[in-house]
Amino acid sequence: MPAVLEIEGLRKTYKSRRRGTRNALDGFDMRVSAGQVHGFLGPNGSGKTTTLRTLLGLIRPNGGRMSILGHEVPEALPTVAGQVGAIVESPQFFPHFTARDTLSLLASAGEVPATRVDEVLELVGLRDRAGERVKTYSLGMKQRLAVASALLKKPKLLILDEPANGLDPGGIREMRTLMRNLSESGMTVVLSSHILGEIQLICDSVTIISLGRRVAFGPVDEVLAQHSSGAVRVRLEAVTDLPAATEALTRAGIRVTGQPDHLMLGGVDKPATVTRLLAEQGLYVSELAPIAVDLESVFLELTSTAPVPGQHRQVDQSTKVGGSEQSGTAGGGWGA
Amino acid sequence: MSLYRTELRRLTKRRFTRYMTLLGLLVLAAVVVGMFFSNQKIDAAAHARAERQAEQQYQDQLRYTEQERAACEQAEAAGTKDGNRFPPQCDMITAPPREAFQAEWFLPSTFDFRKSFGEMLIPFAAILGLVGFVVGASFIGAEWSSGGMMNLLLWRPKRLTVLLSKLAALLTGAFALTVSAGLLWYGGFWLVALFRGSTEKVTSGVWQSLALTGLRGLVLVLAATTIGFALASLGRHTAMALGGVVALLVVGQFGLGILLSMARIPFVEAWLLPTYAAAWMQKKVTLENWEACNATFTGECKPETFDITWQQSSVMLVVGVAVILGGALWAMRRRDIS
Repeated sequence: MPAVLEIEGLRKTYKSRRRGTRNALDGFDMRVSAGQVHGFLGPNGSGKTTTLRTLLGLIRPNGGRMSILGHEVPEALPTVAGQVGAIVESPQFFPHFTARDTLSLLASAGEVPATRVDEVLELVGLRDRAGERVKTYSLGMKQRLAVASALLKKPKLLILDEPANGLDPGGIREMRTLMRNLSESGMTVVLSSHILGEIQLICDSVTIISLGRRVAFGPVDEVLAQHSSGAVRVRLEAVTDLPAATEALTRAGIRVTGQPDHLMLGGVDKPATVTRLLAEQGLYVSELAPIAVDLESVFLELTSTAPVPGQHRQVDQSTKVGGSEQSGTAGGGWGA
Repeated sequence: MSLYRTELRRLTKRRFTRYMTLLGLLVLAAVVVGMFFSNQKIDAAAHARAERQAEQQYQDQLRYTEQERAACEQAEAAGTKDGNRFPPQCDMITAPPREAFQAEWFLPSTFDFRKSFGEMLIPFAAILGLVGFVVGASFIGAEWSSGGMMNLLLWRPKRLTVLLSKLAALLTGAFALTVSAGLLWYGGFWLVALFRGSTEKVTSGVWQSLALTGLRGLVLVLAATTIGFALASLGRHTAMALGGVVALLVVGQFGLGILLSMARIPFVEAWLLPTYAAAWMQKKVTLENWEACNATFTGECKPETFDITWQQSSVMLVVGVAVILGGALWAMRRRDIS
């Protein structure tokens, strides 16, 4: 599939006389194929919003290459802007205008037919509240309005930064359905979110960023498979057989962690091997369950942002690709 | 063009624009109404009344002079003359001449269009300039602080085009307001002069001069609007423009004025911006330095003078607008939007 969005070696450095240099983006790469819903994940301060802002011409990069729909940006942004709908970070609108006025002014600036305003208001469920001032809206309603503004120009590429932020459960489900429908209609959607369960449900592929660099990318299934630990839970008919089973499995080179009523095995390629080994010793398995990984655990593992009891993780403490250090100051941190 | 039209629509839709415009127009209307009620037409009866009052005061003065001279002579004869009250010779106490009591001093206030309307264009330009400055600052400042500017740039990723379209829309609004209000201002004061004063001797030359003053007023309003817009765009907040002006007034004008006065620098007003605004409107402001008193051959003291002309003011205006607007355009082009 052709790439709708390509980023190679993107760099953005912030210099501060007091705090030194911080690499917000440190050679970041990303590729999104046409017609996909692509999840863009990363811990707070990892460079997600900086990437999106840079891509949309709001921030000037220090290096790297970006293209949207085959056009190099930011140079060709005026050409492609009509085909890119985006919301970046929290929805921000002039509080004293109504939703209809807000969209109508945007439509007029972008030379979009005025009839499209009612279509998108209907689509995001704001039809009946369109005449009210934005300042009276809840966060979720503002979020819907932001999505409506992004959809106004019927974009080929839709970039949404935290679109589910502030939505109620029904709204989140509606948003999920909307994303899926948009994707099926041929639109490419880039979705930045921290609701990883949603991303896993909605997205075809993901890119995970940490400290300004890509740490994982590809179809969701592949990313999960790559980071599956091969863990298997084994229960035997008799708990008293657990020590003998531990010994047999360890001899066969399998990592075993004993629990009071079961064993946790690591590095198991084929669970059938376990059954055969134990059967040869006259030990019979009552449960053999591969432990599935989810996107959240992969994310936490890759970015090293899993909470540790007794520790307070700081915003910039996460993983930089190519090294396993918990980085707070090195590389991407202030003063680097 | 669509962006320009959209911005014009946005400008007129904003409540702040509407309220500030209304407030400015109300203040202007109050000035016209105030002038209407504080002036009156001078007829023959008013002239006769003034003549009588002048004569009455002259007679009072004559009587008083006679009394004082008599008192002086009495005191001189009694040997109790008070040197602080009376001159050395009592015949030095004389009444002022009749021509010192002119009837026109006793006439009620009247509005002479030819003489007075030119001055009325200064408050007109000042009030609308203030409205333009505040509306201009808010128009772009609120867009920056509410995130509207970022939204717009996602739609039209040409930063300078967006900023200049907004400015063009704003200046169109300021132009339309100033011209319409100006026509009402001219009309209003013509009516004041018609019913509460005089419209005599308003020749085509006078109209031409008033039209040119009005034109300079329009330029001043547009310049103030541009500066408010550019300052708020530089600071990306309305408060930047308003705070900047307060700082300029307090530190740069009052502070500087006090400092220069204490240092006894001549022509302190030459360092203050309102002087240049006044010179722009009046064509010339003559500053006087009474510290350097040049005695004339009659012994009269004439102060040293320094003229500030509208041409000097125009240089100041152009440079000021160019520097501030240039800075705003540069910042728009170069600075990240976050």
